[in-house]
Amino acid sequence: MTVLLDFEKPVGDLRTRLDEVERAYATEPTSDLERQRASLKADLAARTQAIYRSLTPWQTVQVARHPHRPQTLDYAIGMCTEFVEFHGDRAFGDDRAIIGGPARINGRAVMIVGQQRGRETRERLERNFGSPHPEGYRKAHRLFQMAAKFGLPVVTMMDTPGASPGLADEERGQGWALAANLATLATLPVPIVCVVVGEGNSGGALAIGVGDRFLMLEHAIFSVASPEAAASIVWKDSKHAPQAADALKLTAPDLLRLKLIDRIVPEPVGGAHGDPSGMITNLRTALSDELDQLVAVPAADLVAARYAKYRRIGAWFDQGGTPS
Amino acid sequence: MRNLFRRALPLVSGEAAQEAAPELWVRCGRCREMLYAREWEAAHRVCAKCGFHARLTVADRVALLLDGGSWQELDGSLRATDPLGFAPPGRQSYAEKLATESRDSGQNEAAAYGRGSVDGIPVALAVLDMGYFAGTLGAVVGEKVARAFELGVAERRAVIVVSASGGARQQEGVVALLQMAKLAAAAQALAAARVPFVSVLTDPTLGGVTASFATLGDCIIAEPGAVIGFAGPRIIEQTTGEKLPPGAQTAEFQLTHGMVDLVIARRDQKAAIARVIRLLMGGTALQASAAARDHLTAATNGATTMQPVPALQGFR
Ligand SMILES: [Zn+2]
Repeated sequence: MTVLLDFEKPVGDLRTRLDEVERAYATEPTSDLERQRASLKADLAARTQAIYRSLTPWQTVQVARHPHRPQTLDYAIGMCTEFVEFHGDRAFGDDRAIIGGPARINGRAVMIVGQQRGRETRERLERNFGSPHPEGYRKAHRLFQMAAKFGLPVVTMMDTPGASPGLADEERGQGWALAANLATLATLPVPIVCVVVGEGNSGGALAIGVGDRFLMLEHAIFSVASPEAAASIVWKDSKHAPQAADALKLTAPDLLRLKLIDRIVPEPVGGAHGDPSGMITNLRTALSDELDQLVAVPAADLVAARYAKYRRIGAWFDQGGTPS
Repeated sequence: MRNLFRRALPLVSGEAAQEAAPELWVRCGRCREMLYAREWEAAHRVCAKCGFHARLTVADRVALLLDGGSWQELDGSLRATDPLGFAPPGRQSYAEKLATESRDSGQNEAAAYGRGSVDGIPVALAVLDMGYFAGTLGAVVGEKVARAFELGVAERRAVIVVSASGGARQQEGVVALLQMAKLAAAAQALAAARVPFVSVLTDPTLGGVTASFATLGDCIIAEPGAVIGFAGPRIIEQTTGEKLPPGAQTAEFQLTHGMVDLVIARRDQKAAIARVIRLLMGGTALQASAAARDHLTAATNGATTMQPVPALQGFR
C-alpha cells in the first residue's frame, strides 16, 4: 500500500518499527510499549516534517507525481456537495484526460474543469496519463463558455505532464485548441481560480490555467516544460532532469517569490498523499476564500484586472535607457 | 523545445560558398541545385527550380511585405533579463547564452516590431527571427508582440505577425510560458477592437508560439513547405514512437486539415495580405469599438476604474 520515495526511507524504517510496536501493544498493552509508541510517533512526525520542509526541487517533482497523491476527481468529489461530470466536445469525442462539469462548493455553484491522470494501469491508459488531446481542450472550452453563459465561477485544476504530442493530435490542431482556450479564458466574464494540484507542465497546463487567481499546492510543480523535456533541450539528454528541475524554478515557493503565482495551499505534513482528506479540506478552504473575494467584483473589472495581471508578466532591460 | 527542431540550415553557408565562387552561387537547401545568388535574392530566397523557401531575416521580411521606406522599428532597445538566474551546472548560463547568440547572429533579440504600410494600408508588423535563439518566445519577444497588438488597437492598424520559432524559451521558465497567456490576451484586445490580425506562419512555427497568438489570426497564411505544429516532429517520434508520414506538419498538411486559410508563396504574400486587410476593414464594425481601446488603456495604466470590455462570444 505505502509507496516510499527515496528520500522518505528514514521515515519508512520508523514507520515499520511503529507498526511492530502497535501490534505488540495490541496483544500485550504494557506501559513500556506505550512509552515506545509515543516516542516513535513523535520522532516520525518530526522527521517527516523535517524532510518535507527542505525538499529539493527534484524531490518535489517526485511528490507532485506520487501515485497516491489526490487527483482532480478526488477533489471534485471530496470538496463538492454536488458534481455532475459532463462529457464530450460536441465535435469529435470525449477525452478522459480532462474532466469537468457543474458542481457546488460551500453552497456556491461553480464550473469545475481539470486534468485527470488516473491511478490503475487501465485507467491511466484510458486517460492517456493525463495528457489531453485537442478534444479534451475543446470540451474544456465548451464548459468555460457555459460557465460564462450561466454566470458560474470557474475552478480549474491542473495535473498533466503536458498536452498529448501525437500525430493524431497534430491532425486535429492541438496548438489551435490550446490557443483558443488561452484567448477564451483571458476574457471570460466570470471569476476564474486556477490550482496546480500535481504537475502543471507547458501549454498543456496553461490552456486551463489562465484566470484571476493562480494557486499551487505546496508540493505541486508548474513549469514551461517537464524537467525531462527541458533537460533534453538544454543538456540534449533527459537524464539531467534533476538539474533542470533545479534551474527551472518550478516549485511553489520559488514561483511565489518570483511573483508568478498568487498563493500556496499548504499540504498536510508528509504531503497530500499521506492525508488526502486533510488536503481536500485545505483546498476547499482556500478556494472558498478566493471565490468569496472574486464574486464581489463586477465582471468587467475582473476581466480588465486579469488583462493587466498577464500584461505585466516579464521583465526586460531597455538599453536605450530605462529598465522596466 | 527549440534545438530539437533545428534543422540543418538550408542556407548558403560555408560549404556551398567554398564549392563555387562565394558571392555568385548558392546551393538550394532542398534540391541542392546551384542557383545564381542575385536571382535567388531577387526571388526572396525561393529556389527557382523546386520552390524551396529558405529562411529570411527580419530585414528581408520587412522588404518583402512593407512598402519601401515605410518601416519604423519601435522599442528595438529592449533586452532580455535573466528572471530565474538560470545557470545550470555544466551548461552555458542564460546570460552567457544571450551573449553568444548576439555575437553569432548580430541581432539582439528574436523579434522586431514597428509601424509600416502594405500597399498604402497602415499596419503594425511584428517579425520573429529564427536566427536569434531559434526565435524562442521569452519576455522581450512577448513584450514586442504585445506592443504590436496594442499599437493595432491604439492606432486602428491591422496587425501582421510573421512567426518563426522553436517555441517557448526554456531559460526563462514560467516567465516564458506566461507570455503565451499575455499574447493571447493582447490578441483578444485587438479582436475586441475589431481590427484585423493576419498571422503568417513560416518555417518553423512550433510549441508555445503555435499554441498562442500565431493561431489566433483572423486570417492565417502559411508559407509553402513550412513546418507548423505544436509538438515538433522529433518530439512526436521520441514520445510516441510514431514515424511521421512524409509531408506531416507542413503548411500544406495544415491547409488540408483546416488549420490555415491560405498557403501563399512569398512573391504573392504582400498582395494577398493587403487584399485581406482591405476586405476585412471594409465592414461596418471597425468604428464601433472605442470601448475596447478604453478598456485596454485603463488596464495598462493600472487604473482602478475599468471600462467594460465587450463579451468574448462572437469573436472566436
Ligand atoms: Zn531547390
